[in-house]
Amino acid sequence: MTQTLEPLSETQLEPIEPRSRPKRIALVASKGTLDQAYPPLIMASTAVSLGWEAGIYFTFYGLDILHKDRFENLKVASLANPSGPIQLPNILGAVPGATAAATKVMRKWMSDARFPTIPEFIEMTRDLGVTFYACATTMGVMGVEKDDLIEGADIAGAAAFLDYAAEADVSLFV
Amino acid sequence: MKENRRYEQGEAMTVQSNTTTELDCSGLLCPLPVYKAAIVLNKLEDGALLRLVTTDPGALEDIPAMTRQRQDTLVSVEEGADSQTFLIRKGTNS
Repeated sequence: MTQTLEPLSETQLEPIEPRSRPKRIALVASKGTLDQAYPPLIMASTAVSLGWEAGIYFTFYGLDILHKDRFENLKVASLANPSGPIQLPNILGAVPGATAAATKVMRKWMSDARFPTIPEFIEMTRDLGVTFYACATTMGVMGVEKDDLIEGADIAGAAAFLDYAAEADVSLFV
Repeated sequence: MKENRRYEQGEAMTVQSNTTTELDCSGLLCPLPVYKAAIVLNKLEDGALLRLVTTDPGALEDIPAMTRQRQDTLVSVEEGADSQTFLIRKGTNS
């Protein structure tokens, strides 16, 4: 069954006004769990696909998303996560192995859906010119060195990110 | 772009025909249809056509939004039982 939706001119969205500069999205990634690492990367990859500029400020646990030794092994919390991939009473969420089990289930979901891994998303977004800001304070507090991070991360503080975000059309905190 | 990335494999690939580029994003979820369409559109010249097949139900909203934001032209949409086919012209000039 194929239905052609015509005439398209009536269903198509109104054209947007031409602009002197691209639209821009500024994202903060503050969480280091597998499930929370995806949304900023999905938003940024979509934004650059739309022709926008995109920048992500990775701060606190979110810095793990840029950490060479950690970004392949982000986990899903089994404790205090009632929407998690395995439905357990909280007391069992603390049992050794529960976090690994929840993580394994989500990884299988993603793999079955042919969805990119976090390192693949980092590569996709970097290829398309997304700016990665690594929070300098997080690095100092948590003992993260520049060599611990993937290539292409700009070490910056809040002022530098806000300077970027001040010109943004969309700003999101994840 | 490197070859053999997992998200680049499967049905989704481009095939050049005379004037219309084909991209099959069957089985791929957001943001992959938009991401892959954008990569192809970025390589096309203004006025060139892209035929995009998707199975993600969100694509019915996403692809018109993408063409609007990119200022490309959505020429037609065909809605099948399990898939959607979009014909996109790069740019706003025909």
